[in-house]
Amino acid sequence: MDFFIQQFSNGLTVGGIYALIALGYTMVYGVMKLINFAHGELFTLGAYVGFTLLVSFNFTGILGSALGIGVAVLLVSFLVALAGHLLERVAYRPLRRSDRLAAVVSALGASIFLQNAIMLNWGAQNRAYKADLLPNVTLRFLGQSVPLTRVLIFLTAVAVMLALYLFINRTRIGMAIRAAAIDQGAAKLMGIDVSAVIAVVFIIGPALGGLAGLLVGLYYGPINFGMGQLYGLKAFTAAIIGGIGNIQGAMVGGLLLGLVESLGAAYISVAWKDALTFVVLILILVARPTGLLPERVAEKL
Amino acid sequence: MLELRDLKVAYGGVEALHGISLEVGEGELVTILGANGAGKSTTLMAISGLVPLKAGSLYFRGERIDTLKSHEVVARGITQAPEGRRVFGPMTVEENLKLGAFTRKGPIPQALWKRVYELFPRLAERRGQMAGTLSGGEQQMLAIGRALMSEPKLLLLDEPSLGLAPLLVKSIFETIKNINQSGVTVMLVEQNARAALKLADRGYVLDVGHLVLEGSSASLLNDPQVKDAYLGSA
Repeated sequence: MDFFIQQFSNGLTVGGIYALIALGYTMVYGVMKLINFAHGELFTLGAYVGFTLLVSFNFTGILGSALGIGVAVLLVSFLVALAGHLLERVAYRPLRRSDRLAAVVSALGASIFLQNAIMLNWGAQNRAYKADLLPNVTLRFLGQSVPLTRVLIFLTAVAVMLALYLFINRTRIGMAIRAAAIDQGAAKLMGIDVSAVIAVVFIIGPALGGLAGLLVGLYYGPINFGMGQLYGLKAFTAAIIGGIGNIQGAMVGGLLLGLVESLGAAYISVAWKDALTFVVLILILVARPTGLLPERVAEKL
Repeated sequence: MLELRDLKVAYGGVEALHGISLEVGEGELVTILGANGAGKSTTLMAISGLVPLKAGSLYFRGERIDTLKSHEVVARGITQAPEGRRVFGPMTVEENLKLGAFTRKGPIPQALWKRVYELFPRLAERRGQMAGTLSGGEQQMLAIGRALMSEPKLLLLDEPSLGLAPLLVKSIFETIKNINQSGVTVMLVEQNARAALKLADRGYVLDVGHLVLEGSSASLLNDPQVKDAYLGSA
């Protein structure tokens, strides 16, 4: 039981991180029907910006643990959002009216560019977040001790997802995003500036992805310039499992994947951890080709 | 109020409109008739700024609007209820109507809700229902109601009768007349030529991207060419 609770709580935490990244894929896909292949690199960028702020600039030393990490969270989200916005302006917006394939190639190019830019700036070797950034405390939970870091990361992910859910469903801009995802042309006829909607999506998605990068650094420590590939692929899988284009689906898919991976590694085999992810993907796609919560397609004539 | 000057539109090199010029006066109800592929919907999409012009220009109340983005056109007071209704299926009736009022600054006044729900009492009954679950006729009401939520000066209607039972067509057309009489200028694209001409003040006839005829509704109803091609030889 002890072992199970450890693995389960770890699964939720990793799943929360996957869900944050998956939201970026699914929101961009929802509005643009484009897979942003550079999203994994925006996640990596978040990990490195966080590293610079927390380790090089010693935010926690200067501001204290809580405030230092709080400021880092906000700054990382902001800076990666900015990078995402620039990416959209440079790599995607000029191709809005072109062939779908052109945008995909541009996305792949942007991914390679970002990955190399990160490597040149921060180096090819692993970097590591220091282990003492968050106080090394454990919480008692159901008679078990769970590390504070794990709880905080999970709660952060949940809080951000809740905020996003309310934003999408309760605000005017959220309503415009949903409308543009259902039918871009009809959204334009309502007087919605779809370009602005796309810009907003390319700010929110990267902000969440960048935050996930920071959380991974805090959780595991070591980061490297290529980490976005596997995390990106897994989060993309989570988005598909949930039903690409569906925001709640990305949340569910991310958490589910984190749990499968963590429990699979614990009870089946650590070596098969990554393969399990894709086994789950295949099984779910065989049973439900559109994912668990499929994108609800607008009625068309 | 609205003026199209020598409008040309092409889809990937194939010209769909070969230079259309027409006018709609303030308060008028003007219909555009034509067969499938004549360019009727393309004309409306060009006015709404959803398809780029190859040549020509558009003026609305003296202002050139073909250089504007589609959301700016809506903000000027031109709203379209498009062909196939295109309601937001996974959203509720009320959300759809709120989206119609997207260009409004500030809260939606009660009077506006009341006006739309009085024109279409069915929508009031179903305000919490997903738009995708409505019947075709109800979706058409929603499409028109949604367009009215922006309080347009000019309302573009693309085939509101498409796929509806005759009785429903009659009621939708009466509502359109109603809307027009309340001061909204209406441009109505229709294949149902007889019904449209009975409703409209004037009409234009499009044929494969050319404007071939224009005139008052009465004269078009009696035009042998129109009778033959669009009304069926009665």
